[in-house]
Amino acid sequence: MASLKDLRNRIASVKATQKITKAMQMVAAAKLRRAQEAAEAARPYSQRMGAVLANITQAVGSNGDGPALMTGTGKDDVHLLVVCTAERGLCGGFNSQISRLARDHARKLQAEGKTVKIITVGKKGYDILRRDFSALIVDRIELRDVKTIGFANADAIARKVITLFNQGGFDVCTLFYSEFKSVISQIPTAQQIIPAAAPAEAEGEGAGGAVYEYEPEPGEILSDLIPRNISVQIFRALLENAAGEMGAKMSAMDNATRNAGDMINRLTITYNRQRQAQITKELIEIISGAEAL
Amino acid sequence: MAEAFKFELVSPERLLVSEEVQSVVIPGAEGEMTVLAKHAPVMTTIKPGVVTVKSASGQEERYVVFGGFADILPSGCTLLAESATSVKDIDRAELTRRIQEAREDVADAKDDEAKTRAEAFLAQLTTLEGALLPA
Repeated sequence: MASLKDLRNRIASVKATQKITKAMQMVAAAKLRRAQEAAEAARPYSQRMGAVLANITQAVGSNGDGPALMTGTGKDDVHLLVVCTAERGLCGGFNSQISRLARDHARKLQAEGKTVKIITVGKKGYDILRRDFSALIVDRIELRDVKTIGFANADAIARKVITLFNQGGFDVCTLFYSEFKSVISQIPTAQQIIPAAAPAEAEGEGAGGAVYEYEPEPGEILSDLIPRNISVQIFRALLENAAGEMGAKMSAMDNATRNAGDMINRLTITYNRQRQAQITKELIEIISGAEAL
Repeated sequence: MAEAFKFELVSPERLLVSEEVQSVVIPGAEGEMTVLAKHAPVMTTIKPGVVTVKSASGQEERYVVFGGFADILPSGCTLLAESATSVKDIDRAELTRRIQEAREDVADAKDDEAKTRAEAFLAQLTTLEGALLPA
């Protein structure tokens, strides 16, 4: 049985841990707010982009085919998976959920006899996927030094992907990230970005069937627009991920703090019991000593 | 007073402007254009340049944009800029860096078509620099 001193030390150490997890939770909460704001601020752009894209594909669709990024290569033999995860751990199942989704997808594709290539964004995804698919990872991008994710980061990733596509490196590209539903719920999501799934009809305040004039030609605008749209999709994924990571970290740290609290309670009870037992023992010794006289 | 219409300037990071304006001057890919209310629907790509916004109250604001596109409808105008900053906060070092990058692109260009495009982009940037720096 542990001595009183051991128990005291144990309690002190759990208390210290609790303080750390508590602080991490608060940091995550503050960061979460900022990440959410960033994600919200980016929303108008991607929405408008979607609307404009829908309009223009309608215009182009009627007279010939769009650029290759949109129509694809006509095959689906080589798949590229872009897996976006967090840079840091200690955020519950966040990273492993995304990685698991990507891994299942990769296994399924391999079972169908397709070639799989993987680009990981974020250190944790690389660490997890390296175990099973180290031969398949063609590139990895770390955003560890990046304080706030800017559009430039997403653009750089998109450019890599597009360059690879233009070199005929793959046929289909799928983006894996975690959609931020709420603080306690992040849904790992797979989204195909190349060939771009034809956007649904423009909703709401669309052109209302107005005939646009295009300057320059619609095809030219489209070939400018599609790469940009890919950047936007990746940017959105990164922002959602950032918010999701912080949300996951917050609830993970909240749990840890609570567990540490429970543990302290249990240890304190054991400590008190032992102290009592010792006092009783000492009393008995004194009394029986006095009686013996 | 000219009729007001809704103008929005959006960059991927945030919504910069969303207000009622009298007119907007856009650096379109095929020449500058001034947009007033009830403009015919036009969609155009934009080149790096200065967007001048005249708000409903008559105040003028200038923004620097680096490429993007504009979606113009009779009811309003949306400018999706790859990156946009107010002229007041433009960072010269940033502009110089972009020009440097464009120069490298010209040097790296493999075929003629890419080279022409890179050169055009560089020319637009230097024009922009010329327009801004003395200011």
